[in-house]
Formats: sequence, structure tokens, C-alpha cells
Amino acid sequence: MKTYEPILLKNMMQPEYAGSLPEYERAGGYQALRKVLGKVTPAEVTAVVMKSGLRGRGGAGFPTGVKWGFLPKDYQGPRYLCCNADESEPGTFKDRQLIERDPHQLLEGMLLACYAIGAASSYIYIRGEFVLGAKILEAAIKEARAAGYVGKNIFGTGISIDIWVHRGAGAYICGEETALLESLEGKRGLPRVKPPFPATHGLYNKPTVVNNVETLANLPHIMNRGAEWFASIGSPPKSTGTRVFCVSGHVARPGNYEVPMGITFRELIYEQAGGMRSDKKLKAFIPGGASAPFLTPDHLDVKLDFESVALAGSMLGSGGVTVMEEGTDMVWAALRLMEFFYHESCGKCSPCREGSSWLVQIMRRIVNKRGRMADLETLTDLCKNIAGRTVCAFGDAEVSPILSTLKHWRHEYVTYIHAAEAANLIRPEPAGAKH
Amino acid sequence: MLKEKYQAEIDEILSRYPVKRSALLPLLYLAQREEGYVTETAMQEIAGILKLTPPQVYETATFYTMLNLKPVGKFHLQVCKSLMCALVGSDTVIGWIGTKLGIKPGETTQDKLFTLSSVECLAACGTGPMMQVNDDYYERLTEEKLDRILADLRQTGTSSLKTGPFMWPEPANAVKG
Ligand SMILES: Cc1cc2nc3c(=O)[nH]c(=O)nc-3n(C[C@H](O)[C@H](O)[C@H](O)COP(=O)(O)O)c2cc1C
Ligand code: SF4
Ligand code: FES
Repeated sequence: MKTYEPILLKNMMQPEYAGSLPEYERAGGYQALRKVLGKVTPAEVTAVVMKSGLRGRGGAGFPTGVKWGFLPKDYQGPRYLCCNADESEPGTFKDRQLIERDPHQLLEGMLLACYAIGAASSYIYIRGEFVLGAKILEAAIKEARAAGYVGKNIFGTGISIDIWVHRGAGAYICGEETALLESLEGKRGLPRVKPPFPATHGLYNKPTVVNNVETLANLPHIMNRGAEWFASIGSPPKSTGTRVFCVSGHVARPGNYEVPMGITFRELIYEQAGGMRSDKKLKAFIPGGASAPFLTPDHLDVKLDFESVALAGSMLGSGGVTVMEEGTDMVWAALRLMEFFYHESCGKCSPCREGSSWLVQIMRRIVNKRGRMADLETLTDLCKNIAGRTVCAFGDAEVSPILSTLKHWRHEYVTYIHAAEAANLIRPEPAGAKH
Repeated sequence: MLKEKYQAEIDEILSRYPVKRSALLPLLYLAQREEGYVTETAMQEIAGILKLTPPQVYETATFYTMLNLKPVGKFHLQVCKSLMCALVGSDTVIGWIGTKLGIKPGETTQDKLFTLSSVECLAACGTGPMMQVNDDYYERLTEEKLDRILADLRQTGTSSLKTGPFMWPEPANAVKG
């Protein structure tokens, strides 16, 4: 097996590393902040991040430096940084590790980002279930404040940056950046219509950057080792750096693997994660969290970078790679994810609210052997009328499991429906019936 | 009344935000910590503190699944049922708990000790099947482990089988579930 130099997971590869401030400092922590604060201009920091090619690790893969560059230059009022630690995309569990095992790496990244965008206040929006993570972050902020890394007049530079932890309370949609802002403002987490974008109208209507935990954790390393170094890792020029891929499902060693972008799924699954857990062969995998369309064994040589996965008809998304073995019922799998999306639809727009409910009903009907052939057309039709017609990208996400399983494993849907026909279970249904 | 008991904590929470309403979720959590769930009285009091109308507080509170608007058991067993956990047996875990405690998801045991819920992904998909009990995660569940957890909870109110910070790669000598 090829091994790669870990960057983000480096400290915590030592099981005894507990992530305290002295340990982080001994490992070279807060050097980047010392080097940068008051010595390099914020515009230069942004330029370095742009040049590194760093793209967001939260799902959409937007270039981080470019996003920062959208903030109005001449605006005098407050600006905010929000760290997206909502990590609710099924299949994703990397931010949890980054937070629980090396909290100061994230804090240093946040301080650098705050400096670059001119924010004096920042919030870590962490999913409510991460009680331990929130406690660890609170303790780390306290340590950093006592040591003078966080708070007023950092290193005597006159620059003040504060960081607070804000816990969510169980709503997947609050990972969507504008829903996150609404939630942080004490409201229901309903996504906002964009534009305007958070860069100009974000938290409290002020210029705001929302970045994912893993994105921010990369910053100290980029500032320490330089844009050229970072840009040489992965598949430059468009997918630079490493990613922490979360491998779950039927593999021998599920877990988080930090590898340079651009290795193949075959290498990630069969070498890093130890291959399949039994003799059963790989049947399907999801390359980037629940929102990413399913792929097949034919796609094993696709490279794990933004462009290659998109070309294969899916997306790198959140980095959650879920592997399914032979014998897995693909209709059942799609239904399980559809139930998730149905449960999590925030209800703001009707194609998603009503559509997700219809999709779940039809999928349940099929799995309960009460489906009919026409259902397959209806499913496709509904999906096409949801995707692209909603307030937020949730609408595009929720149709992926059904559309992609219909594309690759349509015969499994047909088998269910034939079983229904054979059992003669199909009856005309009264209008408005619940299935 | 929360205000009398927790004035200092409430003030500290309010100091984090330039706009009061942002303190809503933290205050609802405070109320839930106090009573085990968010009572109507607490919501009214919070509305007063934040200068909101009570409906503004209700509509927010009802949006979030982690805020309990009615009492739950002392131990809230929340088993993840999303796909990645389902692939490695979460339905079986829900079945075991159901049989052992005689309750279905959404129900509470008569002694008010356990509430069972099936929930969506808790970001522990590589270590499934898993559940959260109150604040703690329990991962790589097996039937044997589950028996011990339930017994521990009854006896001591917690269990040493809960997971701490996410260890990966696993220490070489880690006990596999
Ligand atoms: C439905 C939905 C859920 C999302 N959930 C998350 C999440 O849990 N964590 C996250 O970092 N980004 C999530 N995102 C992406 C965010 O909207 C946003 O793009 C991201 O936080 C930006 O950070 P980045 O540029 O560093 O990736 C989600 C997006 C959508 C549409
Ligand atoms: S697409 Fe769904 S989740 Fe997004 S705003 Fe509309 S209803 Fe809410
Ligand atoms: S699917 Fe169960 S924790 Fe993610």
C-alpha cells in the first residue's frame, strides 16, 4: 500500500496526542499565526490562499480565496467568519475527528481567515449532537484566549479576534450556509434566496464568509509551507491538496483516510480501506456523501478529484465514500436515503416539500410490492421537476439516490414491480390515499 | 425561573452576540438542561429575556429536533438509521433494543427510564452501528455491548463503553466491538 504524508491528521496519528495547546505548540502550532499577523497584509494572505488552489471541503468545492475576495473592500462595519461544523451529510465524519482530536488546528485556521477578511468576531456553528466536540472547542478557545491567541490585541498587533461556539439543534438543512446564518440569528433554519450572497449580506446582513472545518484547518499549513507547496499536492491545477475521505459501508477498514486528491477510488477502497469486508464483490458506491449520485464498479478507476468525479456523473461533495457489496438492495438503499431527505426538507419551497413526500410514498409503495410500472416514469418526472427548481441545492441532492439507482439498477425496481403484479396486490387506490 | 437561577450564565450567553435573538438556541438548551425538556413557561420567559413574542420562540423551538417539547425518558437512546449505519446493521440494533425494553421507536418505557428514537446520521458512519444516549456516543454496537450499556445505565447512570474523542486510526490494542 502506498502511504502519503498526512497534513491535517498528522498530529492525531499519534494516539497519545490529546490536542492540548502545549502539544499543538510543540508540533509547530500557531507559528503560522505569528508569522502572518501584522506582518503579512490581509490581501497577501488572500492572495496566497488563492494561489494555493484551496477549494471548499464542505461540498460545493468553491475556491476559498476567491470567496474571500467577494467581500466588499471599502465596507467599514463589522464582518463575520462562520465555521461550518454542522457535518450532517450522511456518510461524512471527518470534521468530527478534526474538531475532537486537534481543535487548535481549526482555531488557528479560523484566526488566519478572520485576519484575511477583517473579521473581529467568528462563530463555530457545530451540530447539536456534537456535545463532546463543542466542549473540546470551548476548552481550546479558553486555552487560546489565556495564551493570547484569541481575544483583544493579539501579539500586541492591535488586532482583536474572538471565537464563539454556537450549537445547532438537529436540522440537516442548517449545514446549508444561509440556513446556518438564519439559525445563528435565532430563527428557523430556512435557506435564504440567493443572491444576495453571504459575502455582502450574511450574518446580521453584514459581509460574511462561511467555510467548512476542513477548509479552515488547511490554512495554517498553507501559510507555513507556502502556496506552491500546497498546489503541488493532489491533481493540480484544479484539485490541490489532500482530502480526508470518510469511507463507510462494506469495507474491511472503514474510517478516515487523508490522501492527495487524484488517487483512484480503487486505491482508496482496496488499498487504504483494506478492500471489501468479505468475499462479496463491490456492487455500488457513493463518492461524496448522500447527495452524490451512486456509481458502479465501472467507475473504480475514476480519480478522486472535483473534475473527474463530476465527469463520471456524480460529485466529490463532502468526501463521504460509502461502499456497498453484492446483494445490497439498491431500491432499499435509495429509499433509505430518500427517507432522510424527506425528513430533513425544511419545507420552505413546494417542489422540495411536496416532492420529497411523494417520492418517499412511491418508493415505499414499490418496496412494499405495491408498485406499478408507471411509478418509474412518475419518479423520474418528479425528480426532474424538483432538481433546479428549489431555493437551495437540497433539491438537486434529494433526487440523486433515486435517479442514479434508476439509471444503473432499473431492473431491481422492475423486479419489485413484477413481484407486485404477480402477487396481484395492485388495487385501484382511492384518491388522496396514503401509501 | 431561569433568570433567577442562571443570571450570570444568561448574561455571558447574551454577551456573545451583537443581536439578542441569536441567544435563542443557547437559552432553549439551558431550559432543556434544567427540566429535561423545554416547557411552555420557559419559552415565555425566554421570549421576555430576548424581547421576542412567544410565537417567535415556539416557531423556532419546534423547528429543531433536539429540542424536546415534551418529557423524554431519563436515557434517550437515539439509534442512527441512515443508510451507512443501515448497511452494517442498525435495523437489527433497533430491533434488539425494542425487544429488550419492550418499546418501539418514539416510545418510552413505563418506568420513564428509556426513550427509544431512530434518528438520522450522527456523523459516525465509519463506526456504525451506533447510537447517542443523551450527550454520549456509543459506536460499533453489538448485542453484547448493548446489554452492558443498558445495564450500566440502569446501575450507574452512564457507561464506560461510551466513545471519547474519535480515535483513528484505532490504537493497535483497541478492543474491537
Ligand atoms: C443541503 C445542504 C447541506 C449542507 N451541509 C453542509 C455541512 O454539513 N457542512 C458543510 O461544511 N457544508 C455544508 N453545505 C455546504 C455549505 O452550504 C457551504 O457551501 C460550505 O459550508 C462552504 O464552505 P467551504 O467553501 O469551505 O466548503 C451544505 C449545503 C447544502 C445545500
Ligand atoms: S430545497 Fe428543500 S431544503 Fe432547500 S429551501 Fe427548499 S424546501 Fe428547504
Ligand atoms: S449513517 Fe449512521 S452515523 Fe452516519
